[in-house]
Amino acid sequence: MKALSAIALLLVSLASHAETPQQVRQIYVNEAISQQAAFTPSAKRGEAFFRQRFAINDKMPACTSCHTDNPLNAGQHAVTGKTIRPLAVAANAERLSDPAKVEKWFGRNCKEVVGRACTPAEKADFMTYLSEVR
Amino acid sequence: MKQFLLIALLGSAFPALADRMPMPANAPASFIAECSSCHLAYQPALLAAKDWRVLMSGLSEHFGSDAAVDSKKAQEITAFLERNAGNASRLGNAGNPPRITQTSRFIRKHDEIPARFWRDPRIKSAANCEACHGGAAKGNYSERDIAIPELRE
Repeated sequence: MKALSAIALLLVSLASHAETPQQVRQIYVNEAISQQAAFTPSAKRGEAFFRQRFAINDKMPACTSCHTDNPLNAGQHAVTGKTIRPLAVAANAERLSDPAKVEKWFGRNCKEVVGRACTPAEKADFMTYLSEVR
Repeated sequence: MKQFLLIALLGSAFPALADRMPMPANAPASFIAECSSCHLAYQPALLAAKDWRVLMSGLSEHFGSDAAVDSKKAQEITAFLERNAGNASRLGNAGNPPRITQTSRFIRKHDEIPARFWRDPRIKSAANCEACHGGAAKGNYSERDIAIPELRE
C-alpha cells in the first residue's frame, strides 16, 4: 500500500500540472488511512503542529520562526532574511498546488525543524489547516 | 570640450557597469527554482567557478540547511554557474565554505556600511541583498537605488 501511494505520488508529480490543494492533500490522507483506518484530517491538529516548538534547530525552533504566527502573512527566512510568500492558500493561490513541491518542502523542513520525517497524518492535518485558515 | 564630455561620460558609465550584473538569459529553470527559494538567485558572476563547484558539491549541508537537488539538476546548475562564473582574481578569496559576502570584492564594496545596519532586522544577513538593493534580482546593485534611505549616502 505504501508502495502504491508512492507510485501515485510519483505519477501525480510526473504530470507536474497544477492540482488543487484538496487533490494534493488527498494523497497524504490516503496514505494516512492506509496506516490508520479511522484517520480523518483535522485543521485543529494541523494548527497545533504549525505552532509547536520543536526546538531542534536554534535558528528555526518552529514553523513560525520563518512563517510568522499567522500563515496568512508573508514570512521572512530566519537565516537569509528573504521574504517568504504566505503559506495559507487564502493568501497565496499557488500554495499546495504542486505535489512535488509540497513533498520537497515537507522533506526539507520536517528534517530541519521537526528533526525527523513528518508522518502522512501530520502532513494531511497541516495541509488541511493551511487550506482552511482565513 | 567634446573629448572632455566623452571622458566624463565614460567615467560615469564604468562604475554603473560594475554595479549591473544581469542574470544570464540562459539560466535554466532548475537554477531559478532551486536557488531562489531560500535566498535570492545570486548571479553566477558573484563567485568564481572553483567556489561554485565547492558549493554545489556540498548542497546537503548548505550553510546549515539541506539544499540537495537530484543529480540531473545538480549537473545542469553547476554547468550554468561555471559557464557564467566571475573572475577569480577580481573577486578574491571567498573562504571555505565559499561565501559571496567574504570575497574581497564584496567586502571592499561594503566597507563603509556601519555594523548596526547589518544587525537591522530588515536586513538580517549580508546575504539578503534585496533588503538594500531592491533591484538585486534583476542585477541592479547601483548605489543610487539602495532601498533603505539612511544607507543611500
